Amino acid sequence: MLSSSARRGAAVLLSAAVLTTLSACGAAPDKAAGSAGGDGKNKTQPAAATSVADFGGLEGLVAAAEKEGELNVIALPADWANYGEIQKAFAAKYPKVKINAENPDASSADEIAAVKSRKGQTRAPDVLDLGIAFARSGAAENLFAPYKVTAWDQIPAAQKDADARWYNDYGGYVSIGCDAARIPNCPQSFADLAKPEYKGKVALNGNPTKSGSAFGGVYAAALANKGSFADIQPGIDFFGRLKKSGNFIPVESTPATVEKGETPISIDWDYLNAGYAEQFKGKGVDWKVAIPTDGVYAQYYSQAINKDAPHPAASRLWMEFLYSTEGQNLWLKGFARPVLLPAMTQAGTVDKEAVTKLPQVQGTPAFPASTELDKAKATLAEKWDKALS
Amino acid sequence: MSASTTLPHSTGTAGGSTTRRRRRGPRTWLAALPLLAFTALCFGVPLGAIAFGAVTRTDPVSGATEATGEHLARSLQGPYLGSLIGSVQLSALTALVAGVLGVLIAQAVVTSPSRALRGATLTASGVLANFGGVPLAFAFIATVGISGVVTQLADLTGLGWNLYSFTGLTVVYLYFLTPLMVLVTVPALDGLRPQWREAAQNNGATGWQFWRHVGLPVLAPSLLGGFVLLFGTAFAAHATAAALVGGSVPLVTLKIADALSGNVLTGQENVALALGLDMIVIAGLVMAVYLPLQRRSARWLR
Repeated sequence: MLSSSARRGAAVLLSAAVLTTLSACGAAPDKAAGSAGGDGKNKTQPAAATSVADFGGLEGLVAAAEKEGELNVIALPADWANYGEIQKAFAAKYPKVKINAENPDASSADEIAAVKSRKGQTRAPDVLDLGIAFARSGAAENLFAPYKVTAWDQIPAAQKDADARWYNDYGGYVSIGCDAARIPNCPQSFADLAKPEYKGKVALNGNPTKSGSAFGGVYAAALANKGSFADIQPGIDFFGRLKKSGNFIPVESTPATVEKGETPISIDWDYLNAGYAEQFKGKGVDWKVAIPTDGVYAQYYSQAINKDAPHPAASRLWMEFLYSTEGQNLWLKGFARPVLLPAMTQAGTVDKEAVTKLPQVQGTPAFPASTELDKAKATLAEKWDKALS
Repeated sequence: MSASTTLPHSTGTAGGSTTRRRRRGPRTWLAALPLLAFTALCFGVPLGAIAFGAVTRTDPVSGATEATGEHLARSLQGPYLGSLIGSVQLSALTALVAGVLGVLIAQAVVTSPSRALRGATLTASGVLANFGGVPLAFAFIATVGISGVVTQLADLTGLGWNLYSFTGLTVVYLYFLTPLMVLVTVPALDGLRPQWREAAQNNGATGWQFWRHVGLPVLAPSLLGGFVLLFGTAFAAHATAAALVGGSVPLVTLKIADALSGNVLTGQENVALALGLDMIVIAGLVMAVYLPLQRRSARWLR
């Protein structure tokens, strides 16, 4: 008798406790919201500005950003495409805008999760550096603010969203990094990788169902083996064969494994491989970078502004900086190819010395369509495990 | 909205099942209330969120949420099912091997007259049982990886050794699971009184007969508990495997990480939650096997 009423009492108390805590959690961050609304009188509100003209020119944008005083960035590793120097240059140019860098090693999925879970909070990320699939899905979910940077017209049409909710910023080619101090003949193509002399030597930068560069590696291998953007299966089969022959090692290549010599051949973005070459000069690692001749695949990362950015003007200023000649050349210095490289080459504003240091590649990059990319990913998620185990 | 309406149900059942135990008198549940509230908050709320996410779908554009069995179905198909099976196989194998090794080492330590050996073994076990994740993976890579020191010296590759495989992963897991087993079985072995062994010997029992009829039955609950602990530890391990084998040994924790925080697959969050729910169910099943067995063998100890 007692126990049944006791049970009910306990249940009620517990639910009450849980509900109180839940509502408390939900209520707390609301205070913080709306502190950065901007006070545009005749001008457009910063959060609604779609180009620098809405601020009355760059000075107006700088003034509005300095008034906000802060910028939240996420997922920008200092040793990735020169992001460390880019943040320093921005801070030096606009000392009144403080950069709050969060979780440098976050993935695109983490960034989108941060946007969603911290909607309306002052610590939500302002700007996002995303893999193309997440830029597209985020735009479809209406998470980004449309904004056309000054250089908008110079971004190739294939590399931007027509509504300016995201656009590509920097990227590179799938490349084969190789430690010439350990490997007598460095492989130049995917076909080379299958040779018996590379047994136990070939690695990817992670698992292609998770890592963007490893996914690019499989895509490039598909193109090298009679596949297409719509058909990634030959790439999966190629790595399946490498696994069987013992050439492929599933360990994720990192600066540590490269330096140790555990991943003497690593398929990765050319800007990361070129960075390793610089980093490990004189440490017993002679890192050579080759863009495979048979499977050329380029991929760019995209920038987007959080629609509910707590610092809407600062986020737009950051975008203007990234797509300025200065910002684009900083990426180039990190061996990444900025999206405005063709335009800047034509205009003669490009850092020519940095261009000569890039791994050589023929032709212009092609990009898969949204549907092709989705199909390739679905195939990969379904077939990768089986091919590799 | 719908999240908050489902929560009272889950906490309600949690409260109900705990008060069903009436052994200690009618009013004692009051004293347990803080613990129950804590448990409900720290386990009930996340569990509710996982279960809710696993069976619903939110349309990204309209924001409408509807119930669906699609995520759970997908989590039990194709590569996801393969990863669940892979995880169970790896956990069961490593827990079994580490369990046997751990008991043998613990028995050697307990019966050894050297106190220094006992102290050293227990200290080392305490340290090694907590040595996991990426540091452990890298230690193995540097030692017995393809260009590792020992691999080069002893030509392990020629002998068929490959660190980046199911076997390799098993060895790495044993490295932290065996010490854990030593830690949990030494107290149990200490409790095995020497008089019992002497009594058995006086009655003409062989060593084997002593263990078969006295030692193992008495130890069974602790050994089973140790096995369940090892299984759970191996089942939930993620970082070591992620650094070592990437996607080439399918494991459910790796799949969840791929789906939740990747740069490639989009919109997989709910499948990850469904996989999490599957893991909880499997852990629950293991406990469900363990509890009645433990109760049965615990009779010997009264």
